[in-house]
Amino acid sequence: MLTRLLLHLLLLLVVAPLLPGIITRTKAVISGRQGAPLLQLYRDIWKLLRKGMVLSTTTTWVFRAGPVVGLAVPILAALLLPFGAIGAPLSFSGDLILFVYLFGLARFFTVLAAMDTGSSFEGMGAAREVTFSCLAEPTIFIAFIVLARISGSLSLDGMYGALLVSGHTLHGATGITLPLTAISLFIVLLAENSRIPFDDPNTHLELTMIHEVMVLDHSGPDFAFILYGSAMKLFVMGALVVNLLLPLASQNQPADVGLFIVAMVILAIAVGLVESAMARLRLIRIPQLLVGTSLLSLFALILLLR
Amino acid sequence: MLLYAIILTPLFFALVAAILPGRRRRPLLVPIAAVTHLGLVFQVLAGSNTQANEFLGLDAVGRLVLLVVSLLYTAMSIYALGYFRQHRNWRNKIFIVCLLIFLGAMSLATMARHLGLLWVAVEATTLVSAPLIYYNRNRFSIEATWKYLILCSIGIALAMLGILFIAYAGLQGTGSGILQFDHMLAVAASYSKPWLRVGFIFLLVGFGTKMGLAPLHSWKPDAYGEAPGLVGGLLSGGLTSIAFLGVLRALQIMGAAGEIDLARQALLVLGVTSLVFAAIFVIRQRDIKRMLAYSSVEHMGLLAIGVSIGGVATFGAMFHLLSNALAKGVLFMAAGNIHRFYGTKRVCEMQGSLSVLPVSSGLFLAGFLAITGSPPFAPFMSEFTMLRGMVAGGHFVLTGAVLVLLAVIFIGMGSTVLPATMGPPLEEPPDAPEYRDSLLTTVSPLVLMAAILCFGIWLPEPLRRLFTDAAALLEVAK
Amino acid sequence: MDFQAIINGILLFVLLLNLFILGTSRLGTCIKMVSLQGALLALLPVLMHGTPYHALILSASALLLKGALIPWLLFRAIREVRIRREITPRIGFIATLLLGALTTAAAFIFSGQLPLLPEHQHSLIIPGSLATLCAGALLLITRSTAITQVLGYLMFENGIFIFGMLFIKAMPLMIEAGVLLDMLVAIFVMGIVMNHINREFSSINTEQLSQLKE
Repeated sequence: MLTRLLLHLLLLLVVAPLLPGIITRTKAVISGRQGAPLLQLYRDIWKLLRKGMVLSTTTTWVFRAGPVVGLAVPILAALLLPFGAIGAPLSFSGDLILFVYLFGLARFFTVLAAMDTGSSFEGMGAAREVTFSCLAEPTIFIAFIVLARISGSLSLDGMYGALLVSGHTLHGATGITLPLTAISLFIVLLAENSRIPFDDPNTHLELTMIHEVMVLDHSGPDFAFILYGSAMKLFVMGALVVNLLLPLASQNQPADVGLFIVAMVILAIAVGLVESAMARLRLIRIPQLLVGTSLLSLFALILLLR
Repeated sequence: MLLYAIILTPLFFALVAAILPGRRRRPLLVPIAAVTHLGLVFQVLAGSNTQANEFLGLDAVGRLVLLVVSLLYTAMSIYALGYFRQHRNWRNKIFIVCLLIFLGAMSLATMARHLGLLWVAVEATTLVSAPLIYYNRNRFSIEATWKYLILCSIGIALAMLGILFIAYAGLQGTGSGILQFDHMLAVAASYSKPWLRVGFIFLLVGFGTKMGLAPLHSWKPDAYGEAPGLVGGLLSGGLTSIAFLGVLRALQIMGAAGEIDLARQALLVLGVTSLVFAAIFVIRQRDIKRMLAYSSVEHMGLLAIGVSIGGVATFGAMFHLLSNALAKGVLFMAAGNIHRFYGTKRVCEMQGSLSVLPVSSGLFLAGFLAITGSPPFAPFMSEFTMLRGMVAGGHFVLTGAVLVLLAVIFIGMGSTVLPATMGPPLEEPPDAPEYRDSLLTTVSPLVLMAAILCFGIWLPEPLRRLFTDAAALLEVAK
Repeated sequence: MDFQAIINGILLFVLLLNLFILGTSRLGTCIKMVSLQGALLALLPVLMHGTPYHALILSASALLLKGALIPWLLFRAIREVRIRREITPRIGFIATLLLGALTTAAAFIFSGQLPLLPEHQHSLIIPGSLATLCAGALLLITRSTAITQVLGYLMFENGIFIFGMLFIKAMPLMIEAGVLLDMLVAIFVMGIVMNHINREFSSINTEQLSQLKE
């Protein structure tokens, strides 16, 4: 039990900051640049942790709470989710609702912290963040309903565990629901982690940003927490997709770990490819895409239920 | 062989019209084709061999509709000569080619013994009649054409869906989805009922749109209002009869499958709705051609009611098919003449036309009396027969309602037609009107009017037999 | 049968295309997607009925018509009228998308209610055809440019085409050909009328076509 917990946390804490590095490197390679080193994020976090912090006089404790919650939530959520064939340390029936609302909690605090600065830019970013995540949430739930229906289990561990066993045996129209669900979860991953085509993490125009604009006022260790937290969020949500597409389990634990890490790296490369291939969408287009994604997962559900 | 000739003659003349240069002589092809066509039709009706192969054949209903179409078309073709003389310098190639293909497609529809072929023919009539409606080339006619094209295409597509549903009913009931009509009638009893019912509803909606049954009639006033009188007559007398034929085919299948009650109820509802819509919209209608369109909605409703009652009423409906087509021909030709004299279709600008345009206006007035069911004209006899059928079937409420609606429509149309023809003449009639009554533009409505009068007083024996045979096909042995 | 999976995959893609078409505002993309849909459907006869000459001819002509000829006609039409986007849909794009999803769900439920032959129980053909029909009807109702109405009609036809796949053996080739030809001529005539509308009103917005009414 304890070893499982430690393994889980180790995977999360150590591998997570690698993913943004891979994405950036993929984009750099595709556009013919050298790019930042793969381990840049580790260095950034380390650097920021040693720095001092500037706090605006208008802010309260809420402003400090945002990054801390943002760091804690992905760790908690990760405990509910299996990583590939490595089972979740914590599992109970209905934990998928907790999983979704843990991220809701993190968003709540991030948004509050942004509003706490009293800056209009950050308020605008907060409004956008809330609007879009509100549209992304149905997709996750419908996708979970699909998985629960296929597996007959209401816990994340049970759902993905059953898929490992029966994933290959699904045929016909039902077999197609899994790729559909994976695609919609992937799109939600892009939306929730502020990637292109929803948001551009590298942009420096406050008017067009969503997530980045909310954390403009954070600095030093707080900002390190935010960076670390969002890398882990990417990792956890990525695991949602990877688990679906990787219904393989060897009996050998180190092999499972290796397989999972390779799959996550491939996912990060895929995100990088999407970001290189697409431009950021206009803001009014984003709801359309998110509603479309919900419909996609709903469609998978219809196929499954008939 | 004759059947092929009936279809191919108009198409051949269409080809000639397309090749022949010079717009002066081209209109002559229309009456030549029409008269040849009519001659062939008479020859077929006189003979006994009416089955060419499994896809082409003429049963009694088909023969009746073919005769109606051919008679009307021939009358219209003579009128068309006069019409084109008025528009000597207009481009007429596309119009005439389409007019001729239109006849071929309608003939094919009457002969189709395969539902798919019937569909192809009916869709073809929609497509070739669109350019006919657009002949005047202004914003109004293009709006009418677009509505007609889109609504009828969708309607016909729905009919296709209905046909496929019925095929699935066959696939499920008998193991094959064959759509050959005689085969279908033979095995319809074992069709899967739910699919058959859904299919019938789609067929009814599809062909009902084409026929102009309310509430699917919205294209009709626009198309009839903006098309030349010649085309309006062909649409309201010929094309609607073809669409009605499609409905009758669906009815026959339902009868053979033992589902006639549902089919009749659906037809009855649409029929009564059509009468109500026509009664509402014909009152205070200030545009004579749109008024005629609503009158067409009314008569389509009457046909639907007639076949939905059964018995004598079916015979009446068959009779009415003919008398309505002839009367509509007279009305549209006369209305076209009046329209061209005054340069407007609005009643307030054409008062008292009887004094300046005696023949056309007189015909319009007589046509109005005929179509609203005044004795002694043929529509009176056919409507009376249908009412007799309703009473005999014990549908007293329905009979009463139909009578009231007919009276309302009579008054409504009268309030438009009477001022237009018999009211005090306009102070300033249009100076130098571009139209005068001539032999070519009045002879065919006169002949049609004479035929209407004649059939009202004395129905020739061959016609009576044709109606009886056609009605017999639609009846089901209970 | 192994093709069953491919057929279902194609139909699934067709259903997703329906939703995509309902959600996009670019006319060019719409035309491309509708013709892609048509081209995919053209594969069905061969996949479902093997390669007798009947199915081959049908597939080839459907591919030629729906995948090449009709899109070419439509692209010519929008080039001549110089219009790129649907500007004033009667109902917003998201609302149409949601309606499209609703009708898709309804199509699945409805076809679940009807008695189906055992071999069609798990096939997507009947629900797919109904859903495509509904999507076409939605496009017709909710859009106001003439070109999207034509596209709606095309999707409607595509839905019927899917359903017709069940009866290839029962339908004589001549009649199938007649149906396809009618469709081509219909699009051709609509294209001509569209050009005339554009010449007369300087736009292909059919909301201009509202002068004839009671």
